[in-house]
Amino acid sequence: MSRIASEGAPLVSARNVHKSFGHNEVLKGIDLDVMPGEVVVVLGPSGSGKSTFLRCINHLEAIDRGSIMVAGEQIGYRLNGERLTKLSPRAIAAQRRQIGMVFQQFNLFPHMTALENIIEAPVGVHGHSRKNATDYAMELLGRIGLTEKANAYPRQLSGGQQQRVAIARALAIRPKLMLFDEPTSALDPELVGEVLSTMRDLAGQGLTMIVVTHEIGFAREAADRVVFMDGGLVVEQGRPEEVLANPSHPRTRLFLSRFIREAA
Amino acid sequence: MSSAVQLADDRQATLRDVANAHRPPELGRWLLWAFVLAVAANFAWIVAWNPNFGWPVVAQWFTAESILRGLYVTLGLTVVAMVIGVVIGLLLAIARLSDDRLFSGLAGLFIWFFRGTPLLVQLIFWYNLSTLFPEISISIPFGPTLVSWHTNDLITPMTAAIAGLSLNEAAYMAEIIRGGLLSVDKGQTEASDAFGMTRARALWRVIIPQAMRSIVPPTGNQLISMIKATSLVSVIAMADLLYSVQAVYNRTFEVIPMLMVAVIWYLVITTVLNIGQGFIERYYARGERGATERAPVIAEATP
Repeated sequence: MSRIASEGAPLVSARNVHKSFGHNEVLKGIDLDVMPGEVVVVLGPSGSGKSTFLRCINHLEAIDRGSIMVAGEQIGYRLNGERLTKLSPRAIAAQRRQIGMVFQQFNLFPHMTALENIIEAPVGVHGHSRKNATDYAMELLGRIGLTEKANAYPRQLSGGQQQRVAIARALAIRPKLMLFDEPTSALDPELVGEVLSTMRDLAGQGLTMIVVTHEIGFAREAADRVVFMDGGLVVEQGRPEEVLANPSHPRTRLFLSRFIREAA
Repeated sequence: MSSAVQLADDRQATLRDVANAHRPPELGRWLLWAFVLAVAANFAWIVAWNPNFGWPVVAQWFTAESILRGLYVTLGLTVVAMVIGVVIGLLLAIARLSDDRLFSGLAGLFIWFFRGTPLLVQLIFWYNLSTLFPEISISIPFGPTLVSWHTNDLITPMTAAIAGLSLNEAAYMAEIIRGGLLSVDKGQTEASDAFGMTRARALWRVIIPQAMRSIVPPTGNQLISMIKATSLVSVIAMADLLYSVQAVYNRTFEVIPMLMVAVIWYLVITTVLNIGQGFIERYYARGERGATERAPVIAEATP
């Protein structure tokens, strides 16, 4: 299931990314390239820095050292000749418009219906017409099987439905890159499946995705590459069948064994 | 045999169905109701037939022209001061919450000063501004003067009242709005940021509509205090409702009846406002209650 062009420029390119919260160094030099169309699943124990790294990619967290490039632009900064300057909040907002994000807690806008949630950014940020945005939103709702919930408020939807609407909302801006921050961690076990199946569909459509999750099964089925993080570093990465079946690093082995024991 | 048992069982189930339950007799509650109603009726009777209240005088003056003019001043002043107060308060709240030390510091100073001094004193200061600054001018700091006015031309009872009430209100509203903005889940700001919204757009479309739920009730409170606070402007010779009433009783000495005129008007206004507040609260509670799904696809929600 390798549809990755190993040639060409990466869509995301992180170099030596460091991030501290106070004295706590969460990221200790992350290097990672993601090719266009690639589905990368980031695994790792809690506190390994995987969510923080994801949030650095669209500058929800500012990094302390290193650099992150998305689609040829450095996130949060501009290089003028030899001089690197910080971008204004407005310019950073513009950079984020090509990146969709799905949050652990969904973060749907509770005062807007599902449909209004989905068209908010296309209409208000990307300047699409209300008509076009609504048509595309209804198409997306159809794809996730929630057409009849278009006018429901988030509060009236189950957790799984909310997260699927949140995915549709992120897709509505036609992003070049999708970030998933533990999208199933806040869901009841019986609702995880519907969200994962929506995500599997997306993975099959050639969307570039970086997924932080604990769902080993999803990694096995949908990922082109699994990245294992621990202690703020990437300790191992590779094709899912290799990393998950024959982890070479002891930390990966420990994490996976613990997980499999829990699942059994 | 078993069918007999079944029958008895069914009968039991019907008898025990709580849908058919009766309330126990509540003699105590009935007595309490009767007692309270009797006391209330008695009180109403006493008030109605006490000649000192001067109800005929109240009726005579209730819609008198001078009183209605005072009422308009009170309402107009309340609306203008409240609108200016809310607008400045919103800007102060945003400044107070900004990461910029300069803006947050200035907003903090404003709030500290205007909340920390009595409104009455502020009104008198504004009214007597000319004794402090005989002229008001726009100029480059320590440089040449561009435009200049005599303070007495600018500060009428009206402008002093509006300035005093609205700036004081702004300080309180700033804190109410700040509390409302802080009450919105941080994930909402993150989602707005992640979608590339500007700060202004995120506030306007996402944060403020959700903050309204906790901003509206205390703002209703503020509005009601504002209506009554406008009566303070009578000290700077502004002809509001209270001032108009005083003007009459200073001539006729019918102090209590005339005050009753003002009291009833104040109660009428606050009652209307309370009803309005209920509607506004219901509007901003949309999406909170589980049952109501909106019918039209992209129509505005009805309040």
